[in-house]
Amino acid sequence: MTDRSATMAAGSAPATADAHRRPLLEVKDLRVHFPTEDGLVKAVDGLDFTVAKGRTLGIVGESGSGKSVTSLAILGLHKRTRAQLSGEVLLDGVDIIGAAEETVRRLRGNKMAMIFQDPLSSMHPYYTVGAQIIEAYRVHNNVSKRAARARAIEMLSLVGIPQPDRRVDDYPHQFSGGMRQRAMIAMGMSCNPGLLIADEPTTALDVTVQAQILELMKKLQREFDSALIIITHDLCVVAEVADDILVMYAGRAVEHGPVADLFRRPEHPYTWGLLSSMPRLDRVREDRLRPIKGTPPSLINPPPGCRFHPRCPYAQRLGEICWTVEPELLEGPNDHSTRCHLGPVKAREVFVAEVEPLL
Amino acid sequence: MTTSAVTAPAAGATVTAREPIVELRDVRMHFPVAQGGLLRRKMGAVRAVDGVSLAVYGGETLGIVGESGCGKSTTGRLMTRLLEPTGGQVVFEGQDITHLSTAKLRPLRRRFQMIFQDPYSSLNPRHTIGTIVGAPLRLHGVETPNGVKRAVQDLLERVGLNPEHYNRYPHEFSGGQRQRIGIARALALRPKLIVCDEPVSALDVSIQAQVINLLEDLQNEFDLTYLFIAHDLSVVRHISDRVAVMYLGKVMELADRTSLYEAPQHPYTHALLSAVPTPDPAKEKGRERILLRGDVPSPLDPPPACVFHTRCWKAQDICRVVEPPLLQVSPTHQVACHFPEERKLV
Repeated sequence: MTDRSATMAAGSAPATADAHRRPLLEVKDLRVHFPTEDGLVKAVDGLDFTVAKGRTLGIVGESGSGKSVTSLAILGLHKRTRAQLSGEVLLDGVDIIGAAEETVRRLRGNKMAMIFQDPLSSMHPYYTVGAQIIEAYRVHNNVSKRAARARAIEMLSLVGIPQPDRRVDDYPHQFSGGMRQRAMIAMGMSCNPGLLIADEPTTALDVTVQAQILELMKKLQREFDSALIIITHDLCVVAEVADDILVMYAGRAVEHGPVADLFRRPEHPYTWGLLSSMPRLDRVREDRLRPIKGTPPSLINPPPGCRFHPRCPYAQRLGEICWTVEPELLEGPNDHSTRCHLGPVKAREVFVAEVEPLL
Repeated sequence: MTTSAVTAPAAGATVTAREPIVELRDVRMHFPVAQGGLLRRKMGAVRAVDGVSLAVYGGETLGIVGESGCGKSTTGRLMTRLLEPTGGQVVFEGQDITHLSTAKLRPLRRRFQMIFQDPYSSLNPRHTIGTIVGAPLRLHGVETPNGVKRAVQDLLERVGLNPEHYNRYPHEFSGGQRQRIGIARALALRPKLIVCDEPVSALDVSIQAQVINLLEDLQNEFDLTYLFIAHDLSVVRHISDRVAVMYLGKVMELADRTSLYEAPQHPYTHALLSAVPTPDPAKEKGRERILLRGDVPSPLDPPPACVFHTRCWKAQDICRVVEPPLLQVSPTHQVACHFPEERKLV
């Protein structure tokens, strides 16, 4: 195996697909640890990725895989008294991890913004939707209230709220779930941020509304040419909107690559497990689902060796190495990297012979 | 395969002339909305369920899909008489239970149970697992040959939990494990019918598949009938024998699984199916997608005649005037639309 520093560098390379564009966001060896009574929770434990302007990165993982913790770290939203952060998060060259809180506060909302899962609890029920967008806009832009209100109406109309000049004075509870998520997007985009992070943006929505919101996010991204990170547990959502996909398991990336390649030639047993455990409308119905056995591991005492080995159906085959040596995230062809002892050649064989026929 | 082959649901088989276990006949549930402080006036009613007729047959799984607010959960609660309907009839094994009192219902409750969506709020945090799962046994005074504790431990084992967890509290379990506790509780009285209200939507994908497989195993083992309520169309296709699509308190389409997913006829079903993303970027690009405009209208004041006409791209004058009845288009397929049309979407 190669030494650690070399693979870390390799791990950060894949997303720079268009090399002529410098990535807007670079995350290098990010670690977020929380000291608790029971021990140190290593929620994110060495994560590297980059996102360029105009690109969409989908981060996929189950609850507790560290995907949301990552997004909060990028936004500088972890309390420094509670969380131990290390590594680098470079937004346009500025390191967020080491920066003063005031600097991060000025970047947040202006250069980067976030859309949360539940728009009802992330909007203030006491203020009108307009007032909240206006406030966000005026914090970062020295404009009159009138100009800010005009901007709020413009943004609401852009995200497809009917009669925006009237609905701007409505309270969040007067909006439906889909409209609230649109309003959240309007608020996030109001300062034209270079980086937009959407944490489970459609999980709380119905399928027909989800389709509308995904369509809207794709349209806005084209118009604003922003970098977009979509965090979700739903592989179907990222298949639709992302350019690159990062699969996380127990605080680490297990697979990372361009969307088409990752879905056509997935290499990690965990990704196979995710793909085969969900019922799919585009395939013939089967009598049994094939779940991944067991449950996600503890982040205080992660399993030794490969963190996925207790749940991995292929661990027995390779033997001891899986539970003694942690595999590195190794880059293969097509900017596609995988953290598995099988290695790309063997993984391909297993996938073609055993996994793909069952998908 | 199974010993109880007579009643076990053969895959894809449609229901023959069997007596339904439970039947809703033109059931309505209008929740009154009052306004004003001291003198509360009735302002109108939320028509959560508005004239639904559905029958669930022994051994089958009937799926109900629809968006939030379409009345699918209310339908489930009406079927288990957790709600008393404002109109129509609920018939359980031939007995009219529409307006039975709580006391008269209790003995019947042994025969129909419920599994809830949120495994965090549906288990009492102050009770141990033993108390929670044993409660139905104690309440109904069920004879347990080796004592309640033993019966509960058998149940825990059957749903894939460690029987030694008898004395633990709900917060010590993960979401998937809690859902298994809820399933054990529903199973305790050996019911005929279990209404599963979004039983897997709060769970991670890998855990979701485990719970779905468990539900299917239990169905075969205990000859259960399920009413499976979910918004996830792929999960419903996997588990159901027949599927009902609901919109604004009404059934839009009701068919066996194969017809509904392979030859849907109602425009709303078309829109729903086309909105489901698939994990295949290549196919996703060329796929036809019907984007519905706007939101679901308020159930306080639903559109006249066909409730879907305000969002339907096929709506004609007749759709605004005459309500389309749920009509048979084939022996196993019913549609409520003036202009039904077969369309292949998945």
